[in-house]
Amino acid sequence: MIKVENLTKRYAGQAAIRDLNFEVGKGEVMGFLGPNGAGKTTTMRILAGFMPATSGRASIAGFDIFEQSLQARTRLGYMPENVPLYSDMRVTEYLEYRAALKGVPHRRIAERVGDVKELCGVKDVERKIIGALSKGYRQRVGLADALLHEPDLLILDEPTIGLDPNQIRQVRELIKNLGRQHTILLSTHILPEVEMTCSRVIIIHKGRIEACDTPENLLGKLRQAGGVVLEAKVGKDNGAEELKKISAVRDVTTDVDGEWNVFSLRVESGADVREEVFRLATARHWTVRELTQRRATLEDVFVEITHADEV
Amino acid sequence: MRKFYTLLSREVRSYFYSPIAYIVLVFFLLVSGVDFYFQISFMNQRPVPYSVQEAFFNSVFFWFAFVLIFPLITMRLFAEEFKLGTIEPLMTAPVRDWQVVLSKFFGALVFYIILWVPTAFYFAIFQYTTGRPAAGSIGAYWGSYLMLLLVGMFYLSVGCFASVLTKNQIIAAIISFCAITLLFFLGLVQFILLDVSSATRDLLGYFSALEHMGTFSRGVIDTRPIVLYLSMTVVMLTLTHQAFQSRKWRL
Repeated sequence: MIKVENLTKRYAGQAAIRDLNFEVGKGEVMGFLGPNGAGKTTTMRILAGFMPATSGRASIAGFDIFEQSLQARTRLGYMPENVPLYSDMRVTEYLEYRAALKGVPHRRIAERVGDVKELCGVKDVERKIIGALSKGYRQRVGLADALLHEPDLLILDEPTIGLDPNQIRQVRELIKNLGRQHTILLSTHILPEVEMTCSRVIIIHKGRIEACDTPENLLGKLRQAGGVVLEAKVGKDNGAEELKKISAVRDVTTDVDGEWNVFSLRVESGADVREEVFRLATARHWTVRELTQRRATLEDVFVEITHADEV
Repeated sequence: MRKFYTLLSREVRSYFYSPIAYIVLVFFLLVSGVDFYFQISFMNQRPVPYSVQEAFFNSVFFWFAFVLIFPLITMRLFAEEFKLGTIEPLMTAPVRDWQVVLSKFFGALVFYIILWVPTAFYFAIFQYTTGRPAAGSIGAYWGSYLMLLLVGMFYLSVGCFASVLTKNQIIAAIISFCAITLLFFLGLVQFILLDVSSATRDLLGYFSALEHMGTFSRGVIDTRPIVLYLSMTVVMLTLTHQAFQSRKWRL
C-alpha cells in the first residue's frame, strides 16, 4: 500500500529524514515510533502529499505521491498532528464540506457523514461549533474527517495525544476495528498502544530507520529479554549466589526490603526459570511472597534503540 | 468544478462566520451613506454640472472607504489558514492548488459585490422620493458598477498575493494596504506634479483609477482600462499561485 524508497528531506541543509526505505502491505497496521524530532511528522506529511521530499520516491496504492499526487491523495485519509480544524464551523457542516471536497458523490454525503459520526462517537456534538469542542472531541472529528471518503490507507499522526485514559482506550479500540478494513500508519508515543494495535513497528531515530519488525520479533532481539522477580526470605543463605547456579540465569541483582530480599534475575531470551526457582526455594526452605516473570516491553526496545548512543 | 464550488461556498460563508464581515459591512454602509447624504445636501445649495450618481462615485469620501476595505477583505484568506494549520488538511485533500487560489479570490469577490449591493438602493430611493433619475442615463450605472468590479478584482488580487506571503494577518493587511494605496496614488501624481513632461503624465494617467471612474461613471465605456485591470488581475493571481506553490519547497 505504501512504498518508500530512499526518501530524504532536508530543511535548510539539515536532514530531517535520511534514506528511508520501507513498505506497508495492504491490511497492515504499522506503528511509527521515535523520539520527538526524529522525523515522524515529516515522513507522514510527505506521504500525505503536504510537502515534497528532497530526494527519493514514495507511492501510495501504486500512485507516486509527487507525480500523481491527486490520485494518491484520493486514496488516503490523513489526520495531522494537533488536528487543525475550522473552528467556526459546526461539526456536521464541516464533515459535509470535507466529504464534498474529497469527492464523495453528492447523494452519498449524508450517509457517509452519518456513518463516520456514529463510528467516531461525535453524534452528540454534531450541532456544536468546532471551536467549542474539547480536545478529545476535536481529535475524533479529525479522525471522522480522515475516514469520510473510505480511504484504503489511513495516516494518523499521534491520534491519541492529549486524550485522557478513557478516550485513549476508545480511540485504540476504534483503530483496532479500523485495522480490519484499512491499512493504517500511525505514530504515537504510547508504547503499550503499539503493542496492542500494530502488526508491525518502525522505530525511527535521528531521521533513520533503526528497526522495522513485528513487536514480537523486536522483543526477541532485545539483549535484555525480560527476567524473573523473586521476593523471598532466605534466612542465612546467600540468595544471589544460589540463584546464579540455575543455568539460564545470567545475572542477579538484590534489593533489600526489610527482612525480605527482592531478587531480579536476568535470564537468557526465551528461557522460563520460574519452575527451577520454585524448586530451589522449596529445597532451601525460603519463604516466597512473589515470583513473577517480567516480560520485556516495547518500551525497553525503544529505550535501547534510541538511547544507544547516550549510554 | 464541483470541488471548486465546494471551496468557493465555504470561502463565502466563512466571511459571515467571523465578526470582521459585519464590521466591514457596517463601516462601509456608514461611510457610503454619509457620503451620499453630503453629496445631495451639497447639490441642494447650488447647481452643479454633474449627476448624483457621478458625484457619489467620484467623491473623496468614497475613495477613502474604497482603499480601506481591500486589506480587510483579503488579509485572512491565506494567512489565517497558515496560522491555524488548517492548510494541512486542506492541501492533503485531493484538491489542486489553483482551485484553492481561485476559490479564495472569487470568495473575496463575492463578498465585495455583496458590499456594493446596498448602494444600488440609494439611487432607487432617491428616484422614488424625488421622482427624478439619479444618473444621466442607465449606462452611467452600468459604467460605474463595471468600473467598481474591475478595480475591485485588481485590488483583491493584490490582497490575495499579500496574504499568501505571510501567516500573520496584520502583516498581510499592511502589505496590501501599502501596495493598493501606492497603486491608487500613482494616478494622482499627474495632478500633483504639474511640471512633469506630458508624456509621463499621460502614461501615469493610464493607471489612474480616479480618471477611469470619471469616464465610466459618465457611462462612457473605454476598453483600455478593462484590458488593464483584467490583465493585471491575471498577473497577480498567477503570482499568488506561484507563491502558494513555492510554500511547499520553503517548508
